[in-house]
Parts: sequence; structure tokens; C-alpha cells
Amino acid sequence: MTDRNSIIGKVDWPLLLMYFALVIIGWLSIYSAGMSEGHHAIYDMSQFCGKQMMWIGISIGVGFVILLLDAKVFDAFAYWIYAGVVLMLVVVLVYGTATKGATSWIDLGGGVKLQPSEFAKLGTALALASFLGRQDADLTNRKTRIPVYGILLLPAALVLLQHDAGSAIVFTSFIFVLYREGMPGAGAVMLLAVGAVAVFVLTLVWSKTTMLIVIGSLFALTLAYYLLHKKKRLWRMVGVYAFFVALVFCVDFAFYEVLEDHQRTRIEVLLGLKDDPKGAGYNLHQSQIAIGSGGFWGKGFLQGTQTKYDFVPEQHTDFIFCTIGEEGGFKGTFLVILLYIGLLVRIIQMAERQKLAFSRIYGYSIAGILFVHIAINIGMTIGLVPVIGIPLPFMSYGGSSLLAFTIMLAIFLKQDANRLKIL
Amino acid sequence: MKYSNRNLSQRHYVIIGVFAAVGLVFLLKLFSLQVLDKELKISADNNVLRYVTQYPARGKVFDRNGKLLVYNEAVYDLMVVPGQVKDIDTAEFCRLLKITPESFHERITKAKKYSRIKASTFVSQVSKEDYAHIGEILYRYPGFYFQIRTIRHYPKAIAAHTLGDIGEVNRDEMDADPYYKMGDYVGKSGIEKFYEKELRGKKGLKVVLVDVHNREKGSYLNGALDSLPVPGKDLYLGLDADLQAYGEQLMHGKIGSIVAIEPKTGQILAFVTSPTYDPNLLVGRVRGENYNALLQDPSKPLLNRAISGTYPPGSTFKMVNGLIALQSGSIVPATQFHCNGPSSTPIKCTHHHGPSPDLANAIENSCNPYFYEAFKATINNPKFGGIKKGYEYWYQKTQDLGLGHTFNTDIPYEKSGNIPTGAYYDKMYLGSWNSVTIRSLGIGQGEILVTPLQLANIAATIANEGYYYPPHLIRAFGDSTAIPEKMTTRMETGIEQRHFQVIKAGMKSVFEGSHGTARGSKIPGITAGGKTGTAQNPHGDNHSIFIAFSPVEDPKIALSIIIENGGYGSTWAAPIASLMMEKYIKGYTERPAVEERMMKGVINYDIKKKKQ
Repeated sequence: MTDRNSIIGKVDWPLLLMYFALVIIGWLSIYSAGMSEGHHAIYDMSQFCGKQMMWIGISIGVGFVILLLDAKVFDAFAYWIYAGVVLMLVVVLVYGTATKGATSWIDLGGGVKLQPSEFAKLGTALALASFLGRQDADLTNRKTRIPVYGILLLPAALVLLQHDAGSAIVFTSFIFVLYREGMPGAGAVMLLAVGAVAVFVLTLVWSKTTMLIVIGSLFALTLAYYLLHKKKRLWRMVGVYAFFVALVFCVDFAFYEVLEDHQRTRIEVLLGLKDDPKGAGYNLHQSQIAIGSGGFWGKGFLQGTQTKYDFVPEQHTDFIFCTIGEEGGFKGTFLVILLYIGLLVRIIQMAERQKLAFSRIYGYSIAGILFVHIAINIGMTIGLVPVIGIPLPFMSYGGSSLLAFTIMLAIFLKQDANRLKIL
Repeated sequence: MKYSNRNLSQRHYVIIGVFAAVGLVFLLKLFSLQVLDKELKISADNNVLRYVTQYPARGKVFDRNGKLLVYNEAVYDLMVVPGQVKDIDTAEFCRLLKITPESFHERITKAKKYSRIKASTFVSQVSKEDYAHIGEILYRYPGFYFQIRTIRHYPKAIAAHTLGDIGEVNRDEMDADPYYKMGDYVGKSGIEKFYEKELRGKKGLKVVLVDVHNREKGSYLNGALDSLPVPGKDLYLGLDADLQAYGEQLMHGKIGSIVAIEPKTGQILAFVTSPTYDPNLLVGRVRGENYNALLQDPSKPLLNRAISGTYPPGSTFKMVNGLIALQSGSIVPATQFHCNGPSSTPIKCTHHHGPSPDLANAIENSCNPYFYEAFKATINNPKFGGIKKGYEYWYQKTQDLGLGHTFNTDIPYEKSGNIPTGAYYDKMYLGSWNSVTIRSLGIGQGEILVTPLQLANIAATIANEGYYYPPHLIRAFGDSTAIPEKMTTRMETGIEQRHFQVIKAGMKSVFEGSHGTARGSKIPGITAGGKTGTAQNPHGDNHSIFIAFSPVEDPKIALSIIIENGGYGSTWAAPIASLMMEKYIKGYTERPAVEERMMKGVINYDIKKKKQ
């Protein structure tokens, strides 16, 4: 450690390189997706790619400043940052401008709009890490759990009030960090959630009666197993089945009363219950055609036809993965998914090597947030998840999301670089 | 956290496992989409998908007897996708299409402005010959293709205003309804506009693969993404094509309108406005040019006078005043008012009859003082306690009779006419007004304005003895779906049937009485009731007005006729009305002399002078 002041030597280069790779692939894809309006230079500021370049510059600048700051400020100011983003969410509810049904933007003037929900995730991660990082925090104790619920639910509820269901779903990602930090039942909740999604989908695809018969049969089998092997906690198993049965009866209500029309249609289209290639199914069909048309090798950079010409809507934002699929082919999507999984695994590994609970918890938080974004976004473009409008981290066009994700990552890099100073 | 032990640290494997599992699922799905699924491949040689709209056939329109009024003819539109146009021989292309290079440039710029990637119409309605010729060599012009669609054709060339026309959508219409794309046709007036949603059907979509040589290589994914067009509904109108054509002949050379209604249903039998035009003028490529010519015509042939012309009803309004006076108990049928003939005050009489007519007499002779007195007796009736309340009652009853408001059925651009409110007079005369101030209302002059449609509806209401159905054009949809409830809802006037019977008897004697103002137009073998009107016109000769129904016992037709500057009601309007009723009821007419006089009669309008 000859160069004490140089952050360059201490920063985690594998993570940083994966970040740069994703940002650059995203930028080139945005450039390619914008080619339908004629040829422009990649730095043309009137185009999405030019603006994205500006945001990349801003993000890197801000990230660099963060690396130069004292690592302790983030823990120290966590609650202030949290309060700030919550305030922004309240402001957007009052003064926000609506885009595509969601009131989630603050117009800063000069054509610059800010989406506070992107920063809300960051603020929440910091506040949670700061709270759980305290010496006396104990997730097995209700005195710890209740404030945790508060920290998570407040911004989630505010985002939901903006009708931004996609961003609200991202808040479920904190289950990963709670599980890692040993909250009782977190693992069970994850399993139950998977089961509940399965019950919901199957009830819609089959029918209520079929589903009850299936659950009944499974219950009989499990019961027989429990009795034969004299398993304990029989009541808990019965409770789980009762929950699933109740869920079957709630599906209709949830589906027809709770969900909004467009959300319902998207689910119906995904499950093949409704065929609507020109309407709600349009995005799904088009994005699958685009990705599928890429084949193994792809059509080559700038050679795509389906991701230009507006066949795929939102192709530079939420559907940017289509361009990669079409032009890069399977080798391109393979590389991008590998980069993402590599990035996530690297964050988890780094989180585990932290000495400070704050840094570890923060690392898990951002890994969770990134994972849910990636899973929903890519899942949506390849037809595994209903269409939910959230960006693909580091790649989708959009200043707010790129800046927020970059800041998230930079703070973690700083914590990690600083870990050796902690005794 | 103190309890952070080894056990919890192991959990990071679970989380990494979850991440990796999801990544693996994604890779499998991507492998299936990108490598295994051959259907989604569009071969690498730059093929593109073309989204060809399948236009549905627009619904046809028939008259009440199933005679065809409007049908479709196939035409070919040359479409362009600007983003796909490259390396074409512009000069050659212009020569083929018979357009100038400037026009080519203009069209392509317009299409680019709309969208570089969505198709827009480059040349609409190319002739069949050109289509055959150009179609063969179109592969030389990437980005261009032909689209078959239909235009309207009107075999009988009647009822232009009623049927309306279709034209290309404009910006506002596209913004209002995303169904429409540039170059689509949409109903612009008449029933084409009102029943647009029913007539248009639903567009279908065909996705075809097009290779780099602009050749279609067949349907994509075996048509999995295609949808068939749904044809529009046919419309059956209440209109009688023969009667309509006859009415248009009778109105030749005159300005005005005929509205005939079937009283029992409110269906419009004939909807004539004159001057009119051949609806075939407003289709296809010639539409714009012809439309402008009609727009410039000083006799305003595009104006539908039957709904947009508002006229003082003149003496035809006496029926309304008679009915309201009877219903309010202000007069009884035997009530007599004194008439001094031309020296009566405050309103003089223009007819010669006995000095003390009763109600039936007064209708037969169209006695002005009688109806002024009846109106005065109504609004001054002590039971209302003051003229303002009396007037309020009178006003309300005119509304119940279908005046002063539109019917809002299926006739676009209907005017509401005008029945002045009490508040209007309060403002006008600063609160001090009485029956003498507003005496003109008693004989249908003054501020009162009605449309020919409203007048015809009054005739139908009298024929029905107390109720009407809002006048409308539609009779049935081709697929037997119900017509809007509003048009089949019986509207009650709240005036008793016995009062209508008195009025009806009086109107019968207009044809049959010895002094009847339409005695010269009596129809052989058929009973009829009517009332002449002569609306004073400050701009020139009086308008000739007539309302009538027939047969009196069981009315099948009720109508209103207005001949602008036609003088007395009995001169033009009454004979034309009698011919229309005779034609409709008998199917033929027996008075060739009257018929010839009406058809050949031309009123000399000095339109240029009138314009100044």
C-alpha cells in the first residue's frame, strides 16, 4: 500500500470492468435502436444515444466523486438521504408529471426530468444498512423488525401511489438481505411467494376446480408422508395448504378487482389466455420476434431490422435487450446474462468479505435490487414475466436510472475499497 | 450485528444459487428462442416484415324497401414506407404514376413527416389499368406496394346530404381515435359520420415477409399474427328511395326542403333539401375538387336546409298555440274571438271569413287575431298567477312538442331553432313586457325559429294525437342488433288526445273546407290534414310553408315543406305536399297537370343580389 491516496489501486476492478462493459453495450444498442431515423453520429445530442453518452459522462463523474469521499459519510448520512428521497417521492405525488399512466417524474426544466423512484431504492438500501448495521440490531427481535418494515414500506407505498407498480415490485428485493441477515421466516416467505405465484398462475391457466383437486391430492400425499414418518410440525404443513386453498379463492378477486385493466391483459397475454397480437400482446410478440430473429450469431451491429422501424416499442428503454438479441444473437444475450450474473455474484462475494455490517447489508441490498430489475426486465422481453415497465440496469436509455444505479454501485465500491482500513 | 455467525454466512450460497438459477432459465429460454425456434427466424439477407392492413368492406346502406343506396367499389392505393425506399428511378416512377417530380417530392416528404416506418398512402385510388401495369414492375421500387380498398358508390344518386360522404382522416380524427391511420377513410357527414363505428367494421392485419427485392414471400409465421377484417354492418334506413327521388324532382329549381316522417315510428321517409347534388361527386380522387366547387356555389348546395335552415314557422305555428291554449284550459273548441279582418288590432287578419270564428274555423281560415287572442288568453290565464308564469308554461309546452331543441338522434349538425325564454324578454324589455309586446309569437313570427325537421315532427305529433318518436334515419342494422333506445322511446307531449282531435279536424278542413287554404291541393281518394304557412322574410319574398299528414284516420305520413321565397303556402308548398303524400300512399299520382307544374316550376332566385 504505497499509494495510500490512490483509490485506483484499491477499487475492485472486476466489478468495475463488468460495469463498464454493460454500460458500453447498452450505449451501442441505444445507438443502433435509434438508427431508423436515419444515420446520426453516436454523439449526436439530439438523439437518444447522444443524450445517453452525456448521462454516462455525468454518472462516471459522480461515481468518481463518491470514490473520493470519506467512506463513513454514507452510513452517517444514510437517514438524511433516506429522508431526502422520501420527500422527493412526496413532491412527485403533488407536482409530478405523468408519463404512460405513472406520475413519477419531476420536471427540472430544460428538458431534464428526474424520476425519484430510481433514487428511492438507493436511499432505502442505505437506511436499511445503517439501521441493521447497528450493534444492537437483532432481526429475531420484534423491536428491530418493526422499524425495518417501516423503512421498507414507506417508500414502497409512495411509489405505488404514483401507479408505478413496476418500481414498487422492486422493493420486494429486500427479502434477500433480510434472509441473509437471519430474519426468522424470510426463507419461508421466499418459498411461499414462489408457491403463491405458482398457485396464481395455475389457477388462471387451469380452473379453480382443477386447482383445488390438485392441491387436495398433494395435501393427501403430504399428509400420508407426515403420518407415516411421524413428522413433527404437522399444523404448519396444514397451514401452508390452507393458505394455498384460500389463495385459489382469492385469485378471481385479485385478478379482476385489484389489478388494473392493462395489467390483467398483460398477464392474460403472457399465459396465452388471450391472443391479441396488435394490442397488449404486441410488445411481447414483437420483442420475441426480434430476439428470435437474431439466431445464434446475430445479424451484426446496426444490421437489425426488427428493433428499428418501431416494431418493438420502447426499444431504447425497457426493451433494449431486444436489440442485443437481434443484433448480437444468442452469443450476445449469453454474454450479457453472464455479465449480469457475474456482477451479482461478485457483489455477493464482496459483501461477504466486508468487516462492517453496514457494508455487507448495503451490498446485499443493491444485489437484490439489481437482480429484481434484471429478472423482470429480461424476463419480460423473452416472455417469461408480464410486461412491467422497469429499466434494465446500466443498459436502458434514461439518465435517472443510469445515475442511480451508478451511484449505488460506486458507494459499494467505496465501502469495499475502504474495508482494509477497518480494524 | 453480534449474532452474525458462520451459519448465516452460508446463506450467501442460497442467494447466489437463486441468481444463477434465474440466469440459467433465461439462457435456456433464449436458446430456445434464438437457436431452436426456426419460426422466428427472418433470414439474414435483410428481409423485413410488412404489416399490411386488411380493410374490411364498409357496410352497405339500403332504403326501407331493401333498395340499395350505397355500396362499395374496389380501388387500389399505392402505399409507401419511406424508411424502406432506396435507389429508385424517380423520373421513371413519376412518369408511370403521371405525377410531377415536385409532387413526388411533396408526397414523400408528407409521408416521412407522418412516419418513416409506418405505411402511408402515396397515391390514392389508382385506376385499374394503372394498377395492372404498375403492379408488374413495382418490384423495382422498394418501399412501395399496392393496397386494395373500397370507395363508396351511390347507384340512385339521391339523398346526398342524408347519406353523407367519407373522406381521408385528418389529424384531429387520428388523435381522437387511434384506430385510424393516415390515409384511412372516415365518415365525414350524414349517416356515414353518425354510424361510422357500425359501418367501418374492424381492420384486419396480415404480416408478410418481404425480401430485399420488394417481393412478398408469403405470410409470416403461417399467419399466426394475422387477423381477419370484420366487415361493417349494413344499415337499413327508414328512407323510401322512390319518395326521396320524387321529392328531389319536385324541388327542382326551388330552394327549400321536404321532411317526411312515418308518425308511428319517427322514421324519416324523405329528407329532401334543395338544391342538392349527386353524391357520386364526392368520392374518390375527384372529391376534393368537386367539394370545393360545391362549397363555392352561391346557392349553397352543401347546406342541408332540412336541419340547418331555421325559419319562422308562420301560420303553421297556430296549431301549437291552439293546442297549448286548449290544454291550459284557456280556450275550449267553441271559444270565439272577434275578428275585424284587415283592421284587427294589434294583429290584422289576411283572410276573409265570418266575424267570430271558433277554433276549427280559425284553423281553416288561418285567422291571425284568433290565435293572438288564444296565445294572450294562455299566458294571461289567471290560474298561472302572472304573465311570467303563464309564459313559462307556454314555453315548457313548446319544448314538449319538440321545438327549441335538437332531437339528437342520428342526424349530425342538427340546429335547435329558437323559442325565446322569459329571461330573454326580461333582458330585452328590462322586465316590462306583456302579451302585446310579444304578440308575434301568437302567429309564429317574431323570434321563433324552427327547422323543417321540427315542423315535420309537429305534423307527426298531431297525426299521432299526442306523442312522437324522435325523428331518425335508421330502421335496422343488418345484423339485427337493436337501434339506439333513444329513437324508439315514445315522447309524450302532455297534451290530451281530445285537444289534438280538435286541431286535426281543423287541419282536415284546410283541405276539405270551402274556405280551406289548401282546398286546391285535395288528393283524390285520400283524406289529409294540413296547414299553410307564410313566413315573413325580411330579405325578400315570403317563404312558402306547409305541414300535413295523411290519411287523417290512420296517418302513414306526416311532412313539412318549405319553399324559400315561394310566397303563399298554398302556391308551392301545399301542392308539393299533396303530391308527396299521394305518391307515398298510393305509389302513383293522378294529377299530371299539378305534377308537371310543380316539377317544371322554377323560382327565380337572384342569388348574387341576395348574397350582398
